[in-house]
Amino acid sequence: MFGFGRRKTVAVDHVDFDFYEGEVVSIVGESGSGKTTLAKMLLGLLKPTEGEVYFQGKKRDISTHKKKKEYWKNIQAIFQDPYSSYNIFRNIDTVLLDCIHMRGGRKLPYAEKVELMKEACSFVNLKFEELTKKYPFELSGGQMQRLMIARIFLLNPKILVADEPTSMIDACSRATILDMLMQLRNEIGMTIIFITHDIGLAYYVSDSVYIMERGRFVERGSADEVILNPKEAYTQRLISDVPKIYEEWDLSTV
Amino acid sequence: MSNAILEVRERTTKKNVILEVRELTTKWVTRFKEDIYAVDHVSLKVEEGKSLGIAGESGCGKSTLALSLMGYYFAPLHYTSGEIIIDGRNISRMDPDDIRKSILGTEISYIPQSAMNALNPTRKIIHFIEDVVQAHDPYKTKKEIYELARSCFETLGLPAEVLQQYPVELSGGMKQRTVIATSVILFPKILIADEPSSALDVTSQKMVIKMLKNLMENGFIKSLIFITHELPLLYNVTDDIMVMYAGQIVEKGSAKEVVLDPLHPYAKGLMGSIIVPEKGLRDIKLTAIPGVPPNLKKPPAGCRFAERCKYVRPECKVVPVGLNEVYGGRAYRCILSEEELRDAYLREAKKDARWEKKYA
Repeated sequence: MFGFGRRKTVAVDHVDFDFYEGEVVSIVGESGSGKTTLAKMLLGLLKPTEGEVYFQGKKRDISTHKKKKEYWKNIQAIFQDPYSSYNIFRNIDTVLLDCIHMRGGRKLPYAEKVELMKEACSFVNLKFEELTKKYPFELSGGQMQRLMIARIFLLNPKILVADEPTSMIDACSRATILDMLMQLRNEIGMTIIFITHDIGLAYYVSDSVYIMERGRFVERGSADEVILNPKEAYTQRLISDVPKIYEEWDLSTV
Repeated sequence: MSNAILEVRERTTKKNVILEVRELTTKWVTRFKEDIYAVDHVSLKVEEGKSLGIAGESGCGKSTLALSLMGYYFAPLHYTSGEIIIDGRNISRMDPDDIRKSILGTEISYIPQSAMNALNPTRKIIHFIEDVVQAHDPYKTKKEIYELARSCFETLGLPAEVLQQYPVELSGGMKQRTVIATSVILFPKILIADEPSSALDVTSQKMVIKMLKNLMENGFIKSLIFITHELPLLYNVTDDIMVMYAGQIVEKGSAKEVVLDPLHPYAKGLMGSIIVPEKGLRDIKLTAIPGVPPNLKKPPAGCRFAERCKYVRPECKVVPVGLNEVYGGRAYRCILSEEELRDAYLREAKKDARWEKKYA
């Protein structure tokens, strides 16, 4: 679906890749390796200096606001910090209604919109009755992140960019969030791009893994291949730095 | 196990107890004068040369416990009951001023979450250390302090140039290590580290952990309490693990026992959500614990985990549950017996296996 070669700055340096429909991809790297910059360029929030993004075989065109909006119907994101992803002045109903409107449901009767919202909330194990007319800051971090997924459910995009979706929430809610994302993928067949520094997570969820170092991909391949038999020294180091349960954690290599 | 064996075991393994906490209860008081008991009858014991890990999800009272252990209470945190004994000295009812002068830094040292952000950007690291040392010993000269800091930093593998630098010149991992080194400069008996590595990437995290281990080996501290929600980390760092839920201890034991063979249903759920890049991870179905922890303003009468527990029984919600001791140091808080719990887990595992076969 994608294919591009691009960008000559320090952040992301001429990377090419193709992501296919229904694939789960992880981009793994340390802080400062350019993962988030890459995600922002995919989303069209940053303009690549060089190179092109192709979407569904065609060159991406987001030169006007209208076209950008059209593009964002197909690509959506979940960000790291659920606390700062919402506008605190708008209640949860508005957040979800916006999504319905964006999908062309503006003229629907209100009762039908509520039905849709209820469905989305129940998909992520939230109760719409408890949420309605509330403001985002009244929710916990896990609930906010789940609401974010409910938005995605309503929007039904082709691609989801998940930028560190679980790093701000604790381990038990993490499993729930991942479960929901995977369920979503199975249901609407979208591509999920995980941007993460957590190798364990990347290994668990993804079909293919890309290891990023200083703006370049140093290693790519299927998850089993990259994580269990890493070839690059950088990948090997990243993996050895993660504490493990059944294998000895070697502290002498720092 | 018979009592005689237990006694022998206790006698042979007896060591100097550095920190002992008995039935400690502390509360937060809100603006509306509501009491929130975030630490509820917690007892623990840390021996010389041992490290204790405290695990649990956000909001379970881990950090409040760490704050309470210092004995330094300031509103809205209030002391209710219980005892804290550091090396034979009861500090639970001491005057806060005395605690600051004679306990903090020399007996017990505490690194709060995101401690590295506490460094003053306009002062060099060495000035920060001078402040710390002179608060306890005003007659120490700057030269003596510099020598002390330099030797301390070098033993811990930090370059001495750091002392003359400003915090902005250091990376996150370096700042964190500097803060840890500073916290042990007066050789406290016990160090409480609250999520020291959660804001760092894996490589810096490893360096911080290595340094904490170094501290124990080089005799800077005698014991360590390590608080985090990352279980693989605890498993690799600490000797014992304590799992907290809603202000109470729900399980404690050695790291191996708690991680590989958890007894309490909550601990079991927590262990089921571990993600590590190891072979076989992709075949495991992650277990998620549904629901949210109870509101501690009105804690439930019975077991606090009952609302979310898979193995809940009607009596769970009514009868308060005590800590069941299995054997020395291993305990769990559940109404079911050890055998009943193991049976339930076995059945669950079998059900999962059948389910997978059916849909494979």
